[in-house]
Parts: sequence; C-alpha cells; structure tokens
Amino acid sequence: MGSTGRYPQNDSAPAIQSPAVPSPAIHAPAIHAPAIHAPAIHAEQLCRHYRMGENLIRAVDGVTLKVGAGEFVALLGSSGSGKSSVLNLIAGLDRPTSGSVIVHERNLAQLSREELARYRLHTVGMVFQSFNLIASMTLAENVELPMRFAEVDRGKRDSLAREALARVGLQARMNHRPSELSGGEQQRAALARALINRPRLLLADEPTGNLDSRTGTEIMNMVREFNQQLGMTVVMVTHERALAERYAQRLIFLADGRLVGDEANSAGPANASPDRASADGERP
Amino acid sequence: MRLPDLAELAVRNLRESLLRNSLTTIGISVGVASLVAMLSLGIGLQQLASRRLMKSGLFDTVVVTSRRDLRSFNREEERTGPAPGESRILDEPTRREIEHLPNVLEAYPDIRFITELRYEDKPHITTVAALPASAKSNDAFEAVQGHFFSSDMAPEAILQKTFAEELLGRTPKPGLDETNVAELAAPLLGKELTMRYAQREVSQSTAATTALGSVAVPGNESLGGAAYSVVSREQKLTIVGVADLDPESMRGPTRARVFLPLKLAESLHVMQPTDLREVSRAATDQPVYSSITVRVNNPAQIRAIEDAIKKMGLNTFSILDATRSLQQFFAVLDLFLGIFGSLALAVASIGIVNTLVMAILERRREIGIMKAIGASDGDVKKLFFAEAGAMGILGGIVGVALGWAIGQVINLGTNVYLKRQSLPPEHFWSVPWWLVGAAILFAFIVSLAAGLYPAGRAARLDPVQALRYE
Repeated sequence: MGSTGRYPQNDSAPAIQSPAVPSPAIHAPAIHAPAIHAPAIHAEQLCRHYRMGENLIRAVDGVTLKVGAGEFVALLGSSGSGKSSVLNLIAGLDRPTSGSVIVHERNLAQLSREELARYRLHTVGMVFQSFNLIASMTLAENVELPMRFAEVDRGKRDSLAREALARVGLQARMNHRPSELSGGEQQRAALARALINRPRLLLADEPTGNLDSRTGTEIMNMVREFNQQLGMTVVMVTHERALAERYAQRLIFLADGRLVGDEANSAGPANASPDRASADGERP
Repeated sequence: MRLPDLAELAVRNLRESLLRNSLTTIGISVGVASLVAMLSLGIGLQQLASRRLMKSGLFDTVVVTSRRDLRSFNREEERTGPAPGESRILDEPTRREIEHLPNVLEAYPDIRFITELRYEDKPHITTVAALPASAKSNDAFEAVQGHFFSSDMAPEAILQKTFAEELLGRTPKPGLDETNVAELAAPLLGKELTMRYAQREVSQSTAATTALGSVAVPGNESLGGAAYSVVSREQKLTIVGVADLDPESMRGPTRARVFLPLKLAESLHVMQPTDLREVSRAATDQPVYSSITVRVNNPAQIRAIEDAIKKMGLNTFSILDATRSLQQFFAVLDLFLGIFGSLALAVASIGIVNTLVMAILERRREIGIMKAIGASDGDVKKLFFAEAGAMGILGGIVGVALGWAIGQVINLGTNVYLKRQSLPPEHFWSVPWWLVGAAILFAFIVSLAAGLYPAGRAARLDPVQALRYE
C-alpha cells in the first residue's frame, strides 16, 4: 500500500533553508495522508542555548523546519547534535531561547506554563528510550494517568485504558507493574499511554534504543501503523540511520545544534510492507 | 486533577515509602497529642474549677436581704431605691415572687440560729442551719459519710466534722494529719441528738402563757394587737451524716456545724435573732426571713436577676466579678498551654518538609514523567499538597487518640495519688469534641503549610532536567 509517492518530495536543497511547506501538488496522490495546507510543526530560527559556568552551549542553534500533518519524520544526528533538544522544544517540555515553534498554529514560545501543560496533555504523545513508565503503578494505571490529568471520568478511563492496552497486545498484563515486563512490553505500554488522549503528534526519543532489533521492529511497526491509520504526525529522534530509512518519510540531519540536511527518504518506506506484515503476524 | 484522583495518588505515594511516611506521621501525631494533652488539661482544670465554684454555690447564688434590717451590702443601694422603712418584707409571698423570676432555680430562706444540742446527756452549743434539698449536690456534701437527708421534713441532722469531734470528745492535735471523717462518723451515725430551741408561737391574746417570755405589740391598730410567745421546745434528731468541710470557709450557709432539712427547720418556727429587731414580725405567724438565697440556673443571668430583685426594693449580693477574672486566668493559661503544645507540632512540621523534600529528590524522574505526559505545575503542586494533607489528617487523628489516651493515663495516675492522700477522685482532663475537630484541622493546616515549600519546588521542576535524572 505505501508508496514513495505518498511522501513529500523535498526537491529543494536540504539545509538550514529547508523547504517551505510542500505544496499540495508535490504532496499529491496520497490515499491516507492528509493534504498539508498549514504545517503541523513549523520551527523558525529555533535556538536553545544553555549557560554552563563560563561557557555558552548552543544545543539548538537556528533550526528552521516544517513538518506536514501526518508526516513521519526522523531527526538524525550523533550524540550531542541537538536532536533531543529540538524534540523537547516541539514537545513543549522546554522553551526556546529565541526563535519560534508553531505547532498547529500555536506558538509554543508564547504559551504560559499552564497552557504548555495542556498542550502536552492533549496535543502531544511522547515515547522515550527508557520507557518512563511509573514504577509504582500497574500498566493500566500508567496508561490511565494522562486521563487523570485530563479529568476524564473514572468509568470511561478504565475502558479506554483497557482498550489501549489491548491495541498494543497487553490486555493480559494490565495489572502488572513495569518491572515485571520485558523492555518491548514496557515500550508498548508507553505507546498506549502516549496515544491515550488521542494526540495529533507522536514524539519518539530513541524509542528502540533499549530494545533488541526484533522488539524494536515490532515497536516501530506499531508507530508506523498509528501514523498511517490515525493520520498522526510522528517525529522520531534516532541515531540509527537504517531504522530511520526503514520507517520515516523524511530524514532531517542535525549536527552541533544546526540543521545540516533535510531529505525525503527515497530508500525508505518502500520496504516497509513486509516488515509490517511480519509484525502484524506476530501480534496477538 | 480531580480531588478523588489526587487523594488516591497521594495515598498510593505515601504507601510507597511506608516507613519514612509513617515516621513523619508519627511525628505529627506526637505533636498533636502534646497539643491535645496540654489544651485538654487546661480545659479540664477550668471545668473542674468552675464545677467546684458552681457547686460551692458562690457563683450561681444571689443573697437577698431586706433594707429593713439596715445592712446593705452595697453603699450605692443606700442612696437609691426605697427607704428602709418602705422596703419589702422578706416573707413567703416575696420568696415566691423571686422564685418565679425567669432563670431562678429556687429561692430559699436562710434559717440559722444558735442553740443547744444534747448528745448522751451532754449539752453542746453551736450554730444550726437549714439546708434545702438542692444542697445535696453541693460539693461540701459530696463526700458526706452516711447520707443526705432522706426527706425535706425528716427529723435528721448532718454534722460538721469538728462538731462530730466535739460530740465524741476528741480534740485534733495541731500538726497532725486531718481526722478521718469515716472514723468519726462510724460511732455517730444513727445516734440520736436532742435539739433544744426557742419556738416563736403567736398568741391570740396579749396575755402571755407560760414560757420564756412574751412580747406584745400594743397601740398598733393594723396589727390588731398581735403578740407572740417564745416557748422552749425539744426536737429529737437522728444523725444521718458527717460532712468534711471547713467551718471557717466562707461558703455561705456552711459556716454552721449542724444542718437540718429546710422544711423541718421552717416548721419548727425557731426564734431567730432578727425576730426581735423586726417589728412587723410580731404581727403574723407567717415566717419572715432575715435573708433569702436565690439559686440561678446560669451564672451569666446573675446580673439580670439581681437587677430584677433590686427593682422589687430589696438588697442583693453576689460574687460575680470573681468569675470574670477567673475566666481571664484560664484564657491565659489555655493560651500558654496551647503554645507549648504547638511547639511539638511545629517540630513535626519540619519533619513533613524534610520528608517531602526527600520525596521530591526520590521522585524527580516521576515528576518529570508526569509533566511530560501532561501534568501541569498545579497538578504536581496539588499532589504534594495532598500528600502533606493526608499525613496531617492521619497524624491528627492518631494524635488526638494518643492525646486522649495520655490524658486518661495521667488522670488515672493522679486519681491513684489522690486516693492515697485520702482525697476524693477528680476528673480534671477533658477532651471536648470541638478540640478533637480543631486539633485535626490544625494538624491539616500545619501540614499544608509545611507542604507549601516542597510542593512549590516540585511544581517548578524542569521536566527536561527531571527526565534526565536517574
């Protein structure tokens, strides 16, 4: 089903002056992917500088990029390249020193702390390398937690959490604590939690970093499924180019806090189908 | 986040570090216990004092006298109100009128005379006073050996301890322990006492009969030339009780050493010292009293009742102001006890701060996760507040129970000591319901205040930093 034609073809030179919004014409014949009128994410001259003693650390230094709604983008770079910092800025976990991040037409730099929290609650779902499940809670409780913050009724919460865990194949493990599960299971639970409030954006920070390759594939297939079936925009940080090429539609390269490359993944999702099939086969 | 969710998460978090949170909660409990113990001691002592004073009949009592006997208690009264000659007579209708005033429990005449009592053919002279049935609850008769009068007309007597000693021919040696009342009472209870007294008897004619003497009031038309005789009489009395009270005490009628039931004393028509001073007394057989004691159902009403009685043209006397300074004293005492009690709670609140700051360090990553998945600063703050509040409420409840238990133990211990000293047991420890509620509420508020800093700190935590924390 997936074909390269679905993905935005950024034929302009990749670099700091990244392409403007891909025109609908370029973006053409997608079946599932929504037409991109306004970008889901638009970062403009984004900077995040830290001061460490005497030194100024430029974790993110003038990054400008646009991500269309429903796109699957990989942020690639070596350790310390600033890719996680960019992700944190998009996630509203951090604020830019200068520049702007506009997500679904809201400038995160101008939101109050309270509004940022609401943005993280309703617009963003996050998955981390270290899963970040709360150890003292069962899987069901972990998945339910964002709904507590969103003040969803208890009865509704229970059934939604059950449903979400069933979707990632963990219905039998609902009352287990994270420490009783394998890494892959924990990451699946984290995915279920990230999606529970039906966010428009899924941000993944090295989601397979702590997993073996088979489990990693399983998780990535799920992420792609959510991207394709739910039309969710996915931004994934990884340092594994091969992984990015297998799943992402677009690869953005960072080095020393700067954007050094932005290209459509020509090699990419073409080989996605077999993986997905196999992953589907594995899932209960 | 909604309150039930907050409470659930708070309790869950408290259970996660059970030992540390239990110790902190015990700290609060000890603080609350000390506060409750101190305050309940203050309240108990205050109640004991006012109970004693109420029973002593000083603070709920107004003494009413007629101006006719020219002994007003208050100089002001000499200048206002009717002249002594026009003042009301303290007779039965006046007594009844006073008794019907609002908030008056009873009004009874003060009957008191010096007379001779014979015990085993030996004469003894002392003051005899009449006691109303309500005196049974007076603390002077609380520890009576034997019992109170079986009825208001019973020919019975209660003796004061020193009179009992006199009857038995015992003289207490100075410097020795006080005589045991029970020991004195044993040989006397049930024995007979013969009281000789002068009865005032109205004669229909001016001709006096036998007797000690007679007085005629001639030349007064309205009085119809009435006359009365004074007749020597005897009354047999059974000793039913011996009371341990101080003859020198200023407790109104208790200065006498032999007590009779009021109705019996009234029926005897004993000649009283004032009878000779009061000219109108001769005119009628109706009793005229030297003073009337009025008991009030609430000390707060004393002033109003005094005013009402004064309006009737009578003199009044009460010890009201003494209660006021007493209340002031206890207010200050309670304040100081409360401050000392709160010190322990203040120390405990530092324990809460410490526990919660530790919890922030420990749960730094958890706070980061919660923020990453959408918890607002307010949610995190409220969660820590809820934890502090839960520890406060739990500590408060346990503390109140502990304070109550401490009070019971000390009460018990003190009563064992009092018993050894041959003193009656006393309940000087009181934990009223308002103190239970107030102590728990106070612990809750102190805990929330202690949680203020940690909760603020947790809320301000940078999620990026917190997530990096291992």
